[in-house]
Amino acid sequence: MDLLTRIANEVRAGEPDAVRALAAEALAAGVAPAEVLRGGLIAGMTVVGDAFRLREIFLPDVLLAARAMQSGLEVLRPQLAAGGVPTAGRVVLGTVRGDLHDIGKNLVGILLGGAGFDVIDLGVDVPPERFVDSAVEHGAAVIGISALLTTTMVGMREVVALVRERGLADRIKVIVGGAPLTEAFAREIGADGYAYDAASAVGRVKQLVGAA
Amino acid sequence: MRPTLCLLEDPLAERIVSEARDVLATLGVEVHHDGVLNLLADHGADVDRAARRARLPAALVDRALAAVPHAFRLFDAAGEPTHDFSGWNVHFTPGSAAIRLLDGATGALRAPVTADYVRYARLVAGLPHYAAQSTAFIPADVPAAISDSYRLFLSLLHGEKPVITGAFTAEAFAVMHDLLLAARGSDAALRERPLALFTCCPTSPLQWSEATVSNLVDCARAGIPVEVVAVPFSGFLAPVTLVGTLVQHAAENLSGVVIAQLAAPGTSLLWGCSAAIFDIRTETAPLGAVETMMLACGANEVGRRLGMPTQAYIALSDAKALDAQAGLETGAGAVLAALSGINSVSGPGMLDLENAQSLEKLVVDHEACGMALRLVAGIEPRDDFPARPLLEELLREKHLLIAAHTRRHLAGQIRFPGPVIDRAPEARWQEEGALTLGARATREVERIVAAWQPSRLGDDAKRALLRRMEAAARAAGLDALPVRVEA
Ligand code: B12
Repeated sequence: MDLLTRIANEVRAGEPDAVRALAAEALAAGVAPAEVLRGGLIAGMTVVGDAFRLREIFLPDVLLAARAMQSGLEVLRPQLAAGGVPTAGRVVLGTVRGDLHDIGKNLVGILLGGAGFDVIDLGVDVPPERFVDSAVEHGAAVIGISALLTTTMVGMREVVALVRERGLADRIKVIVGGAPLTEAFAREIGADGYAYDAASAVGRVKQLVGAA
Repeated sequence: MRPTLCLLEDPLAERIVSEARDVLATLGVEVHHDGVLNLLADHGADVDRAARRARLPAALVDRALAAVPHAFRLFDAAGEPTHDFSGWNVHFTPGSAAIRLLDGATGALRAPVTADYVRYARLVAGLPHYAAQSTAFIPADVPAAISDSYRLFLSLLHGEKPVITGAFTAEAFAVMHDLLLAARGSDAALRERPLALFTCCPTSPLQWSEATVSNLVDCARAGIPVEVVAVPFSGFLAPVTLVGTLVQHAAENLSGVVIAQLAAPGTSLLWGCSAAIFDIRTETAPLGAVETMMLACGANEVGRRLGMPTQAYIALSDAKALDAQAGLETGAGAVLAALSGINSVSGPGMLDLENAQSLEKLVVDHEACGMALRLVAGIEPRDDFPARPLLEELLREKHLLIAAHTRRHLAGQIRFPGPVIDRAPEARWQEEGALTLGARATREVERIVAAWQPSRLGDDAKRALLRRMEAAARAAGLDALPVRVEA
């Protein structure tokens, strides 16, 4: 088995020490850092992502794999080209104003991070302006909003309206989620996306980044 | 003998409490409320203001536990006692604050509206094993800003039973308190005869949010009883072991006991529990899991050990329909809760991970509650010894259907369930339409709702309720409420 496949397998198995050692070995053997990243680390995470989407593996498996991938990235980072580690895109994430539930939002953030997104987590009880200001400031392509209360979910509408009002709708897409929401509600408030769990959220965000 | 369930041996329960106290003294709790941090600091807590963290020394916890009542009561709208939260008494309450309602006609989970809520309140009024009503779901036809107070308003208007409720924001408490004052007539009367109990939840791990801790302090100062309900999820936001989760749960709950007792010593509290396991496969916290039920019963034992009356979310289901899963999870929970002696059992009617309520399920679950209550009444001798005379009578008469002994004890010994429970011979069941459980429950809901009698709450009180609700609605931009006051 070649080195890159072994790296991918160890990422999948969630073995940080093995990934670190193999990544160093690959670099020493003259494999280009970008190739280790693409054919080893990302290849491994892609398999993990697919298995997760098919519900063959679960959240902790993904977190273990993401941690293993990070350990490999640490080895590569100094040698990667000036641009550094490419990210899948930047997402600003937070819980809607008045709502303190953040467990689901945190899971979405963890999985987006694992899938290579750069996640800026604004925490809970986030006012609409802060969502939009932060997205602009950080050049984020996607705003993700979570709500768990029927009383707060209506506040998501204001974020969508603000994005439009500031003429940002073609640059910044809004995805919403949380137990009281439905696809229909998301459409009604004009959000660009909705997902009912963290696994499907990653897929939706990828589509939105492509569209932004 | 009252049958009981015991999950924790004494030394283990004791260790859970002592570890929780150690956690509070060393790690403390993060409190997002300056006033509460000041209160804690004034009474000997070690407060780190930058980190908003308060470490609670053993002496402070001891003082709170010495101040908290070992028992208390709730009273209905007419001022009659309904709940005696003490000892092994068990009271059932519909689960609260659902987002969706299982539509009895279509089987769909949909957003509920005022008309649904009114039917709900009238239904619960007619189901005697529910000692309390709860603000069970959120009518979607009023503005979000008043939806928490509005459901309390509807409950007070249509039902007499005390209300298990909660606010969604710090500000909502004032409106809800106002409604309770309108119903009871005066502050003194409300303090003396509590008509509602509020739920206040810490945030796991070891945190109090500004909104929920404000509610806790406001209730304490207004003399309104509170259930302090920690919600740690095993293996995710708490240790995966049930013991570890119980330690964290106890620490979180104890911090609430301390805060409430400092705000108003003697505040009536329930030691609540909504600890649950976390199912990594679905990313949900199932209430129907046996481990979740074990946490509820274990936490109940810890609360009892601390001398506090208790509450838990149990006797509910994660199913999405009124199906066998709904029955088995709810039934198992009701039985375990009763055996464990949980004083206030919140759950019946609920489906879908606490997200949905169902009127039909409330009728079915009412039977589970009745069964559980019968179970804990136990097996007791009733004119049974010596046995010979009664058996002689049986041999002589060939049956005991009309024996004096039977007539004296039938009602106490054998519980006859309502029409949702089918016990007919198959032929009779066929003749009567071969109705499924769902169809029988729908019929029962209609019958009970139709038999509803207006609450005995005085007309003045009803008008006062309406005035206060209308004022709150106008402030939220709603000109007319979608409800009329029935005379
Ligand atoms: C845990 C919990 C709490 C914890 C929250 C801790 C925390 N750090 O978040 C505590 C105890 C603090 C709490 C407090 C309260 N809660 Co609460 N809580 C829950 C509970 C039981 C579980 C929520 C949860 O974490 N689920 C697990 C996570 C993983 O799932 P999730 O959040 O749905 O997220 C998933 C998806 O929805 C999606 N998703 C989520 N966000 C996003 C975002 C995006 C962009 C995308 C794409 C996807 C996505 O992906 C996630 C992963 O799969 C729910 C009931 C329920 N089953 O939902 C009640 C519930 C939401 N709470 C409720 C209530 C009433 C309250 C309180 C008002 C109670 C009180 N009086 O104190 C307060 C709220 C105060 C406030 N202003 O926010 C009600 C809401 C009622 C309503 N009609 O709105 C519920 C439904 C329970 C009930 N029936 O009473 N709560």
